[in-house]
Amino acid sequence: MSVFIIRRLLQSVVVVAVMSLIVFIGVNIVGNPVDMLINPDADQAEIARVIRDLGLDRPVHEQYMFFVKNALQGDLGKSFVFGESALKLIIQRIPATFELAMVALLMAVIIGVPLGVIAGMRPTAISSRIIMTGSILGFSLPTFWVGLMMIMIFAVTLGWLPSTGRGDTVSVLGIEVSFLTVDGLRHMLMPALNLALLKISLVIRLARAGTREAMHQDYVKFARAKGLSETRVIMVHVLKNIMIPVVTVLGLEFGSLIAFSVVTESVFAWPGMGKLLIDAIHNLDRPIIVAYLMIIVLVFVVINLLVDILYSVLDPRVRLKDAGQ
Amino acid sequence: MTNQSLTLDVRDLKTHFFTKAGVAKAVDGVSFSVGKGEVLGLVGESGSGKSVTGFSIIGLVDPPGRVVSGEVLFKGQDLLKLDAEGLRQLRGNRIAMIFQDPMMTLNPVLRVDTQMIETIKAHDSSISKRDALARARDALGQVGIPAPDERLRSYPHQFSGGMRQRVAIAIALLNKPDLIIADEPTTALDVTIQGQILYEAQKLCRETGTSMIWITHDLAVVAGLADHICVMYGGKAVEQGTIDDVLDHPVHPYTRGLLGSVPGHNTRGQRLYQIPGMAPSLMNLPQGCTFQDRCPRADDACLIEPGITEPVPGRAVRCCHPHLDRNEEVGA
Repeated sequence: MSVFIIRRLLQSVVVVAVMSLIVFIGVNIVGNPVDMLINPDADQAEIARVIRDLGLDRPVHEQYMFFVKNALQGDLGKSFVFGESALKLIIQRIPATFELAMVALLMAVIIGVPLGVIAGMRPTAISSRIIMTGSILGFSLPTFWVGLMMIMIFAVTLGWLPSTGRGDTVSVLGIEVSFLTVDGLRHMLMPALNLALLKISLVIRLARAGTREAMHQDYVKFARAKGLSETRVIMVHVLKNIMIPVVTVLGLEFGSLIAFSVVTESVFAWPGMGKLLIDAIHNLDRPIIVAYLMIIVLVFVVINLLVDILYSVLDPRVRLKDAGQ
Repeated sequence: MTNQSLTLDVRDLKTHFFTKAGVAKAVDGVSFSVGKGEVLGLVGESGSGKSVTGFSIIGLVDPPGRVVSGEVLFKGQDLLKLDAEGLRQLRGNRIAMIFQDPMMTLNPVLRVDTQMIETIKAHDSSISKRDALARARDALGQVGIPAPDERLRSYPHQFSGGMRQRVAIAIALLNKPDLIIADEPTTALDVTIQGQILYEAQKLCRETGTSMIWITHDLAVVAGLADHICVMYGGKAVEQGTIDDVLDHPVHPYTRGLLGSVPGHNTRGQRLYQIPGMAPSLMNLPQGCTFQDRCPRADDACLIEPGITEPVPGRAVRCCHPHLDRNEEVGA
């Protein structure tokens, strides 16, 4: 196991290094932040001073080396707009985004798995067809549009749920969270569901395919021949087998949940990392964009590693192969 | 003829599969019985309906299949009239089943002890975990698995094929059933393991008085194990009788063909006999006798379905032209 983890960590370092290069060059190609930051009436000397202050007068490779040197010391640069450490700005926003993504992930499992299993058990029943049609809608409707419709219906017309912000938060271990307050939960319901919609559809399809396959396996028939109740056959024998692909895919998708939260956070004005990124892109606030993307890469790398470990917990065959190394 | 001493009495069982392409008569009027402690060999080619017969008995026919008619009397009680819960209580408890492919029958993600204990708990919810574990350990020991304590904590993939089949048999034995339906349990195993499993099975029947239905296509297996034999073809039982009698003096042309196809010392160097043609599709069985297309003795009389006759005492045969000359050579 440890050999495996070390090897994975080394691969991750390479990924992060390559990614930083691409990101850095990428943001340097688009737009000129000075145009956005400076007063249009400023004179040439003023502009030159700002450019020098921001370090934009140097060639790109020098800027990059400077960035890498600082990044290795944990400094991802200062925001052009806020004048504060980009990393700090992002870290402040991380709890909001993670919280949203976790709740969305939970929803995907709690809603998606049972629906998928039902659809897989009786693939031709009306209920299954309704579930599958619903999942196609979940897949194909654009997230931002669904979000707007939710606001229209539940916030504007019915007035049941608030449409923006995080609501009341409480501090747990120094981190502000909103899922522990009623008001926070009310604020979270719509954005989390909006974010989860795509994943629910995905989980439904995975669980359905897995169930259909498992139901025809000999071990399910054997479980029935042993006289087990239908509940135990489904809840233990089938479910444990279909959870392997579901966990794998959801783990990998957790990264994309965080990335996708950009859209949802914008629609619901959820004060998370995604909202910060969108604002940063508007202002061409390069350090924040770079820092955000670097953090997302790190998140992906860490999640992939965790998924591999979790996978081996769920599937004993993987676990043993590894122990034999 | 309600015989209480029979463990199982199947009468005119019909299981049909209702598919879009038509009705497949997988089992079409099969009758047989198994006495206490007896082994019945259910023999036939692939697609002859022998496995479906086994699943019909315990009510596990997959849709679109359905038992259409008949009676399955288990100790005098008709299983086809039982509701789902009643059947569940019998399955794995009074009637156990062993499957063909030991690599597929155990759930790969559950430990062996889990899979054994749940079988006990499903039929006796009051038993303590420790007692259940002790019974599981005994059952593993009974089928000749070394170090059962250790093996209980293993996952199926840590066992070889033969060992897995032993575990499956141990699971079948857990609740000391009255009847075990074994669906080609040795087909996927190599010959030496096959011999060991057969030996264990035979010993168990003798010792515990458990009855057994051994489904197979391998006549050699049945010859050494079964008391009675039931030969199936195209969803019908074509010949039944005691094992030695049927194997020595087959009456039905199909049984003769099957026996003739087995290579032996006498046929060394000769071209092996094969039954011409192939097993008919169950969707599209010929009118009358299902074997007529491949039968050397077929004539117009075979266009009308033959009933069950008793051309030789103690033998049930479904054929218009049975071989009645006892000195005729098999396979001719």
